[in-house]
Amino acid sequence: MADVPEDAPQHCPGTTSIEAGKGSACQGCPNQALCVSTPPGPVLAIEEINEKMSLVKHKILVISGKGGVGKSTFSALLAHNLADEGKQVALLDVDVCGPSIPKMMGLEGEQVHQSGSGWSPVYLEDNLAVMSVGFLLCSPDDAVIWRGPKKNGMIQQFLRDVDWGEVDYLIVDTPPGTSDEHLTVVQYLSASCIDGAVIITTPQEVSLQDVRKEINFCRKVKLQIIGVVENMSGFKCPNCKTESHIFPPTTGGAEQMCSDFGIPLLGKIPLDPAIGKSCDYGKSYLAEVQDSPGVLSYRNITQRIKEYCNTNH
Amino acid sequence: MAAAAQDGGNLANVHHILLVLSGKGGVGKSTIATQIALALRLAGKKVGILDVDLCGPSIPRMLNAMNKEVHQCDGGWVPVYVDQEKTISLMSIGFLLEKPDDAVVWRGPKKNAMINQFVNDVAWGELDFLIVDTPPGTSDEHISTVNALQPYNPMGAVLVTTPQAVAVGDVRRELTFCKKVGLPVVGIVENMSGFVCPTCSECTNIFSKGGGEELARHSGVPFLGCVPLDPQLTLSMEYGKDFLREFPQSPAYPALTSIARFILDKASESS
Repeated sequence: MADVPEDAPQHCPGTTSIEAGKGSACQGCPNQALCVSTPPGPVLAIEEINEKMSLVKHKILVISGKGGVGKSTFSALLAHNLADEGKQVALLDVDVCGPSIPKMMGLEGEQVHQSGSGWSPVYLEDNLAVMSVGFLLCSPDDAVIWRGPKKNGMIQQFLRDVDWGEVDYLIVDTPPGTSDEHLTVVQYLSASCIDGAVIITTPQEVSLQDVRKEINFCRKVKLQIIGVVENMSGFKCPNCKTESHIFPPTTGGAEQMCSDFGIPLLGKIPLDPAIGKSCDYGKSYLAEVQDSPGVLSYRNITQRIKEYCNTNH
Repeated sequence: MAAAAQDGGNLANVHHILLVLSGKGGVGKSTIATQIALALRLAGKKVGILDVDLCGPSIPRMLNAMNKEVHQCDGGWVPVYVDQEKTISLMSIGFLLEKPDDAVVWRGPKKNAMINQFVNDVAWGELDFLIVDTPPGTSDEHISTVNALQPYNPMGAVLVTTPQAVAVGDVRRELTFCKKVGLPVVGIVENMSGFVCPTCSECTNIFSKGGGEELARHSGVPFLGCVPLDPQLTLSMEYGKDFLREFPQSPAYPALTSIARFILDKASESS
């Protein structure tokens, strides 16, 4: 738990827990009086977050145990795709230490403004709003060197204080792993009901072994899994059209993993130099290169996610 | 902590400590860390690897040591030896999990406690190099690792990036991190730099090209080279094979050995 001080007694329930100051472990703790007198933070925060989230129809988390598999690219393109169809979309980047969304959306250097009803997100289109810690940094060299509790505070603020208005889809892009950021998002949003998580992986076992952990994480915290996307799945040489498995699916790739766990495979996206390039230039790959295999694959996956959200919530 | 350094501690006989860092995930930190270790062994050095990526430990698979166990001795935890000659020893949370797919769902303080134990309680014995592989980011694991290692004067960090701007952006932040915590930067490696089609030899820059080199120039740190995308390298990592011994003809070989040479030269300068 993030809110357990490092020098706390054993079995400390955490300073923001409902049990704070009242548990058996709190007897004799020098901070007991403090914990009893301050109202538990998250309970209050969760109420406010629930209120904000009542205006959001669907909430989707994009996660992966592994880094660099294309979570942010996928989140950005899912947001573009839904917005292109006229939906009201909010894209929230909770990767506090490595925010990639501002660059990918072509919004680097933008600032967040404060208004009476909270922080205004940055709008790329009228129906596509974006929020990221990247908008709060002064220079691209600024590093956010924060431990867990500070990151959690930031995420709580993002969920509670950003004025999204009425939204059809909230897409939350996460950092790799199964730690503070993930627990915090799930903890704060679960009361307002998350539609589910899209898990991104690449085909090789070194990546899948981390993604299996992420699936177990979802099961532990009771987060629904919408399905798995296999990214960087094969590369067709633009010259001779031969396909190479740069990240070889030595253990059957995402397909095998999905059938092992009994979860749906939403689709495979090939490696395409145009994807990385459009991310670097902050353009939408879907608009840049129409009808390439990658674009078609992204479109199909978006449809499947929409169907899932409509039938399940 | 300082007391531990004075009376020796478990890192007293470790000559050089090298961290492998990147702000970005999936750029090949663990691959580069593994290859540096294997290359240093090829040069006759005794090497230890400490994997502090607690949520996604990759090194045990990359060195084909998945099902090994960590034992206890008087001096602390005995690391896992990946070969019979005991030239490479390894410590990773992967060895402490009951099932390989178990998720380590820990918040910061618990991760920090684990890292402190990893730094202080592993009986490495005499090592020429200790390579520390880290998760992506600039957060708990990194602050704790750097703090815990500070008394032992690490030689510095190798930063790994891929060429595209989105990755380089995160690595710029990692450079700021190094500056802030006073960790010297040994150099920058640009990984996944171009792919040569095995059929027609056409080179495609799947993740663009040159971003790492430009960052190195821009920030005035040494550039250690470009490692191309090489299916033989990814395959070796999948099966835990010694890439440098098995594929000396492959395109990634010269790049990896030259990184190791740079590190060896740097180490002999400082000692």
